[in-house]
Amino acid sequence: MTPTATPTRPRSGAKMSKDKKSKSTTRKRASAEQMASSQREISVSEFFAKNRHLLGFDNPRKAMLTTVKEAVDNALDACEEGGILPEIHVGVLQLSETRFKITIRDNGPGIVRQQIENIFGKLLYGSKFHRMKMSRGQQGIGISAAGMYGLMTTGQPVLIVSKTKKNKPSHEVVLKIDTTKNRPVVVSETEHPEDDKLFPEGHGTQVAIELEGKYQKGRQSIDEYIEQTAIANPHARFEYVTPSNETIEVPRAMDELPPDPIEIKPHPKGIELGTLIQMLERTKSTQLGAFFKNEFCRVGPRVAKEICKKAKLTDRTWIKNVGHDDAEALYDAIQDVRIMAPPTNCLVPIGSKGLLAGLLKEVKAEFFSVASRSPAVYRGNPFLIEVGIAYGGKLSSEESSRILRFANRVPLLYQQSACSSFKAVVETGWKNYGLQQPRGSLPVGPLVILIHMASVWVPFTSESKEAIADYDEIRKEMKLAIQECGRKLGTYLRRRQKMKRESERRSVFERYIGEIASSCEAITGTSSKKVYDALLEQSQRKTAEADQQLDDEGRIVEENGRLGKDENVIILDDLEQEPAADVIGDLFSSTGTTTKKRKKASSGTRKASSKKKKVVKKVVKKRTVRKKN
Amino acid sequence: MATKKSTSRKSSGSSRQSTAKKTIGKIENLGKQVVKNSLAQKDPFVDVPTRSISNTQFNKRRRILEMGGNSQRRNLFNLGQAKKFMQTVLLSEGCRDLIKADKTLSLRGMFYKSLHTIAGTNEKTFGDQGESDTILEDLEVTLDTLREDLHVFAKKRGTMVGNITVIDNGDRIDCRRMGTGGYAIPSICEPNVLKFDKCEAKFVLHVEKDTVWSRFNEDRFWETHNCILTEGSGQPPRGVRRLLNRLHNELNLPIYCLLDCDPWGHYIYSVIKQGSMNLAYESRRMAVPEAKYIGIRSDDYERCDLSDDVKIQLNDRDIERAKQIANYPWFADRKDWQKEIKRLLSNGFKMEVESLITKDISYVSEVYVPERLKKKDFLD
Repeated sequence: MTPTATPTRPRSGAKMSKDKKSKSTTRKRASAEQMASSQREISVSEFFAKNRHLLGFDNPRKAMLTTVKEAVDNALDACEEGGILPEIHVGVLQLSETRFKITIRDNGPGIVRQQIENIFGKLLYGSKFHRMKMSRGQQGIGISAAGMYGLMTTGQPVLIVSKTKKNKPSHEVVLKIDTTKNRPVVVSETEHPEDDKLFPEGHGTQVAIELEGKYQKGRQSIDEYIEQTAIANPHARFEYVTPSNETIEVPRAMDELPPDPIEIKPHPKGIELGTLIQMLERTKSTQLGAFFKNEFCRVGPRVAKEICKKAKLTDRTWIKNVGHDDAEALYDAIQDVRIMAPPTNCLVPIGSKGLLAGLLKEVKAEFFSVASRSPAVYRGNPFLIEVGIAYGGKLSSEESSRILRFANRVPLLYQQSACSSFKAVVETGWKNYGLQQPRGSLPVGPLVILIHMASVWVPFTSESKEAIADYDEIRKEMKLAIQECGRKLGTYLRRRQKMKRESERRSVFERYIGEIASSCEAITGTSSKKVYDALLEQSQRKTAEADQQLDDEGRIVEENGRLGKDENVIILDDLEQEPAADVIGDLFSSTGTTTKKRKKASSGTRKASSKKKKVVKKVVKKRTVRKKN
Repeated sequence: MATKKSTSRKSSGSSRQSTAKKTIGKIENLGKQVVKNSLAQKDPFVDVPTRSISNTQFNKRRRILEMGGNSQRRNLFNLGQAKKFMQTVLLSEGCRDLIKADKTLSLRGMFYKSLHTIAGTNEKTFGDQGESDTILEDLEVTLDTLREDLHVFAKKRGTMVGNITVIDNGDRIDCRRMGTGGYAIPSICEPNVLKFDKCEAKFVLHVEKDTVWSRFNEDRFWETHNCILTEGSGQPPRGVRRLLNRLHNELNLPIYCLLDCDPWGHYIYSVIKQGSMNLAYESRRMAVPEAKYIGIRSDDYERCDLSDDVKIQLNDRDIERAKQIANYPWFADRKDWQKEIKRLLSNGFKMEVESLITKDISYVSEVYVPERLKKKDFLD
């Protein structure tokens, strides 16, 4: 701000009183030189230390969740990149009323000694920002910000232990962050012997952060986060020690690692003019043709030529001769030229089976349906939407439904209503599928809707990664996937409704048959017994379908309906007696050799339904809760 | 037709006996058909002609409402119809009992006769009288018979007085000597119950309600003008309509109606003249297409110089109903009526017959009606 030219001009009341306070009738003036003395660079860490709500550290409860989340995200990313089935230990230890120690340990490949302080002690440092590859972490802010938060609220440094190989020692580093310089400060470091008990597999990383927090169960808690992470990561095993010293073990639902996502180059249609100019400045290529071929995906010699031609340049044009106007022409040309959509093998969905397994494991419902869209593109970034629906069972039917949101397998727990997925759910007409839906809100009923977006770059609304930005392309894909699941749910519900009516019908008919028979006898003289028996027989035949469906277990069974054959749908008919584990096992056992029919509560007249669930290779143990002494 | 083992017992007339026989035959056919289907393992049903506006046609030549040919099948093995089916069979049995015993029951009596709790449940055969009333009307059209022939009657309403003698179930009744109360028009006015004896009257004046009727009766209007005075307590019940129809057809008496100046009064006239939608199948026996409308007319406010106090504001329902009535085909081709309804709407108020009392207590009977009759000033 430059000082006003006429300092004596009367100002607003507030300013006047301030002026009076400084006991001067004219306003004090600062010269440009004076101001320059206080103008200086702001480091990222300083900025985020002041604006920690941007990263999800608004309040003690959320800060603790964010800390766990960032650490677990990193751990899972590391394990998957290293090709290791993740085993994650999460410990939340309560030190005092408001003070907690969070420990996260993984069995990942570990971190080399030199990088430890950079990764944990420097904001915006990481491997994931510059590449186009699907991963949980993106910016390289999260874990260091968590450490910074701990340092600021408790003064305690971060403690990291990491081991990279069996026959190498593990390193323990105590770390502080110099916020003014965004630079790590190593307080102390120790080398531990080779046989570190922390890492039985010989490699892994553990990070411990002490922070001010608040532990509360329920929605948006660490417990919920772990539960949802387990749904989206059925290949990971979790061990969670709660503040009350309970150990919750979440076993794996599948033994296969998801395939490693492939890194891609940016797509020409996804970049902006500024980015293009920057890329032109930085490229190692010397000619335009090579530049396009090397820096972008989906650009071959033909397309490169076409772009250059449209911009009135050639693919032989020297990059150093490309000026600003040329760059703009190139940018416009890119928009005009038809370019193949970016490759989609860079996306690794959870998959129908994985989604079903995750839902079955964590949600006690009776109907499950999943849908996976084929990849689509927003702003040049490929993405893929997966949706799962769980209905009925032990879910509460009074409340409105619950949405489980995931981005690259990371659960999103905050800012639901700002999220594209929320809007997609609200915009879907659930009444068509037999559910109630108040205008402009979520459907009501025992319903859980899971939405997963996999992308090389998930557009979050803020750095704290709580909601997916509302791009039309994304919302459209979400809606299509939701509708696919919804239609199946609608089919199921209508069928169920029909069954219910059938059974109701039977009792209604039998109730009236007696009256009709005796009236008929009075009118025609035909024996009422004869008429009654005939009508009863007919009534039973008419409702035979319902009989068949209901006399087995008293519940509705899908037999030969369309849904029964759909491999994206699972219907459980007995929640009480049968843990869903069995079914999960069935899911992954199409190649198994032993056959085992699904256990039935009663060996009634039930027919083909057990054929659907064919083979069991492995029975996943039920989630166990045991008390530690 | 299958063998009939039923025999009608002692009966007053042979025609009465034969109708009873015929009706019982119809009921038995219905029962046999149900039994036949049941034993053949088919879904038993009854076909009930539809009684709604969609199945009502206006016969332009006769100028009465008639029922169309649509019917609805009522099945036992249909969740929405099962109970109604049961009730239909139950009431058929009840009517057959009544006819056999040669007794009649009111609609309410019929409801009680067939009311009981279904064995093994807490459910009653009928929830309320309304349920049994509609089923009885259904049964009437299904069997193509009359409620009277089923020996069921409605609560009686309506009064008569005038220069006529009738024989009601054998009792000779002189309608000239009915005091202030008048002769209560029975619910069943069929010739086998009610016969006309001596009649000097030259026309019938039908008024909307009891209060106006009393005015006329007290002023001995029927004596001075040699007519019959009837009243239907609002929308006239079947008995009154049947009586008007018979007075018109058998004794050649013209019928004049004095009703309120509002859509409801207009519709009463419409029902007397063309028949009602609900009982469209009875129009031939009930409607009087030649009936005339004396008043009250919408221009009477100025013509009779009435005070502002008699105006009653038209409400939304009145307006809507008036427009509906104007669109009925039997009103649509009547220019006078279109004018009348238009005027009513532009007036924005309605008037009751009693509004004439503001002029003079006996204005209606001594001035208004005689003048209109003299000038032959009616709507048709």
